[in-house]
Amino acid sequence: MTLFKRRQFLHTLGIALAALAAGGITVSSAEERKSVRIGYAVSKTGPNAGGAGITTIPNYVLWVKDVNDAGGLEMPDGKKLPIEVVEYDDRSSAEEVVRAVERLATQDKVDFMLVPWGTGFNLAVAPMFDRYGYPQLAVSAVTDKAPDFVKRWKKSFWMLGGGHDYAKALAQVLVDANKAGTINNKVAMISIADGFGIDLVTAARPAFQEAGIEIAYDKTYPIGTSDFTPLINEAKASGADTFVAFSYPPDTFALTQQSQVAAFNPKVLYLGVGTGFPVYSKNNGDNAAGIMSLGGIDPNNAENAAYRKRHEEVTGQGPDYWGSVITYASLQMLQEAIKRKGLDRDAVSEELSTGTFKTVLGETKLEDNQLRQLWWTGQWQNGQFVGVAPGDRAGASKPVLPRQPWKSQ
Amino acid sequence: MTARDLAGWAAALATLAALALAPVYLDAYGLGLMIGIAGYVTLATAWALFSGPTRYVSLATVAFFGIGAYTVAVLSETLPYPLVLLVAALIGLVVALVVGLSTLRLAGVYFVIFTFGLAELIRQLVTWYEVNVTGTLGRYIFLDLGSEDIYWQLLALGATTILLAWWIGRSRIGLALRVIGDDEVVAAHCGIDIARVKLALFAASAVIITLVGAIQAPRWTYVEPAIVFNPTISFLTLIMALLGGANRLWGPLLGAVPLFLLFEWLSANFPNHYSIILGLLFIAIVFVLPKGIVAFAEKQWKGKSAEAAP
Amino acid sequence: MLVTAILTGLVLGGTYALVAMGLTLQYGIARIMNLAFGDTIVTASFLAFALYSGAGINPVVGLAIAVPAGFAFGYVVYSLMMRPLVARAKDKASLEIDSILATFGLLFVIQGTLFVIFGANYTSYTYLNVPVTILGTNIAANRLLAFALAVLIGGGLYLALTRTRWGTALRAVGVSPAAASLVGIDVNRQARFAFALGSALAAAGGVAISMYQTFTAASGVVFTMKALIVVIMGGVGNVLGALSAGLILGLVETFVATYLDPGLTLAATYLIFLAILLWRPSGLFGRASR
Repeated sequence: MTLFKRRQFLHTLGIALAALAAGGITVSSAEERKSVRIGYAVSKTGPNAGGAGITTIPNYVLWVKDVNDAGGLEMPDGKKLPIEVVEYDDRSSAEEVVRAVERLATQDKVDFMLVPWGTGFNLAVAPMFDRYGYPQLAVSAVTDKAPDFVKRWKKSFWMLGGGHDYAKALAQVLVDANKAGTINNKVAMISIADGFGIDLVTAARPAFQEAGIEIAYDKTYPIGTSDFTPLINEAKASGADTFVAFSYPPDTFALTQQSQVAAFNPKVLYLGVGTGFPVYSKNNGDNAAGIMSLGGIDPNNAENAAYRKRHEEVTGQGPDYWGSVITYASLQMLQEAIKRKGLDRDAVSEELSTGTFKTVLGETKLEDNQLRQLWWTGQWQNGQFVGVAPGDRAGASKPVLPRQPWKSQ
Repeated sequence: MTARDLAGWAAALATLAALALAPVYLDAYGLGLMIGIAGYVTLATAWALFSGPTRYVSLATVAFFGIGAYTVAVLSETLPYPLVLLVAALIGLVVALVVGLSTLRLAGVYFVIFTFGLAELIRQLVTWYEVNVTGTLGRYIFLDLGSEDIYWQLLALGATTILLAWWIGRSRIGLALRVIGDDEVVAAHCGIDIARVKLALFAASAVIITLVGAIQAPRWTYVEPAIVFNPTISFLTLIMALLGGANRLWGPLLGAVPLFLLFEWLSANFPNHYSIILGLLFIAIVFVLPKGIVAFAEKQWKGKSAEAAP
Repeated sequence: MLVTAILTGLVLGGTYALVAMGLTLQYGIARIMNLAFGDTIVTASFLAFALYSGAGINPVVGLAIAVPAGFAFGYVVYSLMMRPLVARAKDKASLEIDSILATFGLLFVIQGTLFVIFGANYTSYTYLNVPVTILGTNIAANRLLAFALAVLIGGGLYLALTRTRWGTALRAVGVSPAAASLVGIDVNRQARFAFALGSALAAAGGVAISMYQTFTAASGVVFTMKALIVVIMGGVGNVLGALSAGLILGLVETFVATYLDPGLTLAATYLIFLAILLWRPSGLFGRASR
């Protein structure tokens, strides 16, 4: 109770001071507004920079360029205001990202904030976004607790689903293949000892069990593991037709290479983050075909194809096949919501929550502040990473199993 | 107590009071900065408490910092907050005693590497335990603590740490420590129980660092080993203390404050070239201020007063 | 199973040894605790990647470019940055602290430059990823190459250091710079050479590793730490010690992963390392005191 009172007091004091200071300015600023300030703090250096550098930063750059090339963000009255960017490097540190967001909100007084990269960092800044009333379109955050978070932070939006979604979809793919007689019902799986890997593997265990799939090998490895030969040998010896790795990019690449050397040819090969990176198909060529992972695209969606092409032209690198397109779509939603409601953050949040938007994903609408129209499982087919599950979603491709054995390059 | 002492105490108390009122006149970002500064001043002072006089360069800072943060994450739902802090401090103490007993005979770079290895080992073990025993990695802290609460706690801890350092510097132990830093053999002959003094200091320093981690953790909402056992914290603490001068009472503070503000200014104004500029600055500091800011200032001051005297 | 575990462990250890030998020269002989060592490795990896994907130069040829470049880099860094620090250092401890701080700065400069040039992306390419069958175990040719490189360099350096006049002079500098200068050895020149040679080895390691490991501009620290562990385990300045310690570490990791739990590999590494530090602070193969 005392805590509440004290904060109330400080709050009132703060408002009083701010009102005093702002007294003269507020009248003129509405007319003279020349730009919209958009701010973000993201990991440009440190261990998280690898992930942010592919999924988050290029899309922010691309979107700002797209918007400004078109004359700026459109307001409800049809006027266009260019975007002015305020960006910080959080140096992959939780304390830094929290402070940078405080700075964006209270010092730079940006109109809207974009999110940092990673589940942990999105959660770290969620209370700040909430306190200062900014909508938070959390893209690169995979969490099963999204429904709880939505209740706690009303203006938070969770765009990439949770571990259970991905695990259940994979289990369904495996059950179908097993019924068709393509594979046996045994799975060997490994996972990285980090938030992502553990989230997925703890979801996968019950999902596989429910689906009647036997888990023949189940181990976790620490971040920084570079040699997977012992794990691959064990998985090979387990007799499972399916190999699942909830891995990070360096491990995903290493597993691909080392499986080839070990002549390890599971009929279903499912790898984690990194499988959908453009460099993955570049390095592995035809050998990528048939490999499964999280995410995917609808190969016949022309909007998406155009986005991928523009992304490559503007940023010099292709987007990944999982989070990138969602990041861009979330920005389009924000853009459209601003066009409908202006710079009133409460109204924009409300619009994001209830409106229907046209994005590179097609028609997009959030359910309970979460994006649910996602590809839970994808597969490399004909040089594209296409969505195969949910199989009843429009634009889904049929999974092609078993995977062809490795070819020597 | 002389008049000068009294004036010193009065000035210190007035400064502390002014700092404690910071939440009234600073906005959220300013307060965030103050939290960061208070955190690093405390870390650097606590680090220098042990490493300054003994010349043991420790990279275990983040091991204790992480233990503190993790304890809060694990216990915040089950125990009242003050008890959580107490438990964190106790765990920090026990780990420090175990580590101290086994390693304080190592010298030089072996100790540096050992402490770094220790931080990594604890991180690996915590990860393994979470993965295999509890089955969750990543914990949530939903404590109703505002920025100002965290700031006041850190400020109190920081003031206590500086007071402790001051007291140690004046006491018999402080004298003993100076002898250890200069020559352990001489110290031993003087009848100083080197091992016990070193262990006590290491433990005190570790407990304070653990508490800094415990107090700061609620600001992040989400805690996982990669976040709380971030080795950068160890390195920054070391650099700040050394920059200011680890052997002076106010050295760590005078190193931490400008460096922290510099990092902030650089990352805001040069987000893409931050590392390069920071690196060049470090190199420049080593060449220009080899003994730290305080020693440099003293030398300048002495030089000037020597000129003025005759 | 056992044979497989031993072979893959040795090959993995070869990588660790390859990375560590350069550092043991820099720290043991030139007396510079180089925290930017791993970033030299990563720079060489990026160089190999750029040569291979940009100009189509295969990494084995890339070695011939990277190694002299690494040598030149080390030479320049020592002359410009380290020499003044060595000159002003009163004792070993103050040089240690100075070199830690200065190379910590260098680490940021190199890392920042790599970020600006190559971006933050995970970088990898595939070269020589073909199986070679030894005693019924498939081993990747690129890893085998790194292993062979480690054994060749380790063996060659060991012979050169112990059997030649030049090597004796280098070791003398490592044992006691003051005494070495008394017997007419140009300490500065020898130390500079050792430091540059260390950089050249780092470059060789970086090129070899880039063939099979994914790297980013930020991965230097990881290599530095691994190398430091191996160096301390093997005894500072002891090339053969670094080679053996690297191989042992590889074996330990593989055995723990195979027979215990892959989740404990790194914990086991640090545990063994800490145990060795406590039991024999000067390393498995180091002299009792120096």
